[in-house]
Amino acid sequence: MASLIRIYAMVLRHIYLLRGSWPRVLELAYWPVMQMILWGFITQFFMGHSEWVAQAAGLLLAAVLLWDVLFRAQLGVTLPFFEELYSRNLGHLFVSPLRPWELIVSLLGISTVRTLIGVVPAALLAIPLYHYSIFTLGLPLIVFFTQLLVTGWALGLMVSGLVLRFGLGAQSLAWVAIFALAPVSGIYYPIDTLPNWLQPVALALPSAHVFEGMRAVVLGEGFHVGHFFAALVLNLVYMVLGAALFMSVFGLARRRGLLLHSGE
Amino acid sequence: MAIQVADLTKRFGKAVAVDGISFSIARGSATALLGPNGAGKTTTLAMLLGLMTPSSGSIRVLGTDMLRHRYQVLGRMNYASPYIDLPQRLTVRENLNVYGRLYGVRNLRTRIKILTKELDLERFMERPYREMSAGQRTRVALAKALLNEPEVLLLDEPTASLDPDTADRIRGLLEAYRGRTGATLLLASHNMPEVERLCDRVMMLRSGRIVDDGTPEGLASRYGRRNLEEVFLDVARRV
Repeated sequence: MASLIRIYAMVLRHIYLLRGSWPRVLELAYWPVMQMILWGFITQFFMGHSEWVAQAAGLLLAAVLLWDVLFRAQLGVTLPFFEELYSRNLGHLFVSPLRPWELIVSLLGISTVRTLIGVVPAALLAIPLYHYSIFTLGLPLIVFFTQLLVTGWALGLMVSGLVLRFGLGAQSLAWVAIFALAPVSGIYYPIDTLPNWLQPVALALPSAHVFEGMRAVVLGEGFHVGHFFAALVLNLVYMVLGAALFMSVFGLARRRGLLLHSGE
Repeated sequence: MAIQVADLTKRFGKAVAVDGISFSIARGSATALLGPNGAGKTTTLAMLLGLMTPSSGSIRVLGTDMLRHRYQVLGRMNYASPYIDLPQRLTVRENLNVYGRLYGVRNLRTRIKILTKELDLERFMERPYREMSAGQRTRVALAKALLNEPEVLLLDEPTASLDPDTADRIRGLLEAYRGRTGATLLLASHNMPEVERLCDRVMMLRSGRIVDDGTPEGLASRYGRRNLEEVFLDVARRV
């Protein structure tokens, strides 16, 4: 119970932050909406020029919305963690009874809130603008959303750990790391488009399985159980690695006194 | 004993920040760690709080081994320092709400009301922390440090950046808090009159070692000096 209260306190800390700044809330939704509008027009163009896209109008829009789930989930972990560094607040946090794992759980919680604030408006706007509702994916949408959320969390924990280790000079990792995954995640094209040697790399990423699974559902091939389990297992591995890296760097930070001196 | 430290050492590579110090601090006492910059005061406090792991040695706070079971006792301690901050964009009320929950404070609203009145913060409750002056921030940090009515309170420069009137009120508040609760105070300070007023024991640190230990009056007498400031200069300038 005490743990839950501490986790709630840390989530509340970031809710206060969002509540106190409407530009922050607006910014969360701004990029996903812009992406959706852009890809909506691209879809409309390709509808008349591409047989593949014409088969399923929502293919690119579903892809861009789900990609934003992954990106926002990762930023949802890293940016709130950076807030503690910007505020030089880690010292106060860790002389309190807050455990590192409770901080991790709270970051995952706030990441979920930030992702929903970011992606839901874009998904809803796509309905009147392009007559496409991602919600027509049905139950698989919940699976895709959850899987990408977890992948984003794992990457977010890894990036947060690296920034705790190397300082805020490494914060640009939060913006660039995820884009290294984009070409091999098969967001807008099937994995077999990639060169043969790159395909195993793609299939080692949970995101690639989610986007393959999404395409199967949109193209009417049904829910692909194989991709679901592959993503599930890979997410477990990545999440354990992310949490282990964060905890390990936290131990290092205690040995080196970084918690006392972290900041801008 | 409130705090028991044995052979505590902290090395950063080849540099030794704290060099095998041992001491005990009785419950209900007020002790100062004095020493020049780089003497090892903040590093010692950080190790006592579990923020930093020692290279060797042992620490017990309120009977609990801090190296193995610090979470059993962190809720009964607290800390304020001008060298770490609170969330900048949160208001005073929001900061205290968050930290009150982190420390599991019961009747949080009442506790915040009492503390903010004592520290003259009532006017600033809805003001973001980043918009406050250095002195106001020090008072907010102190409010945070007293939220859970800690049995062991560690303070690093508790009245830094405060005007003499406010600093005097804070010292009075800390004296009253200690008198009322029987809390143990351990503070690092460069303000000698403050140490003379608040503390019944002084440990002098230099180059990571305790070079002297006694009451403020006892140390002044031993060094043949009029006050603690002169003793401090003697210790700091000793080659």
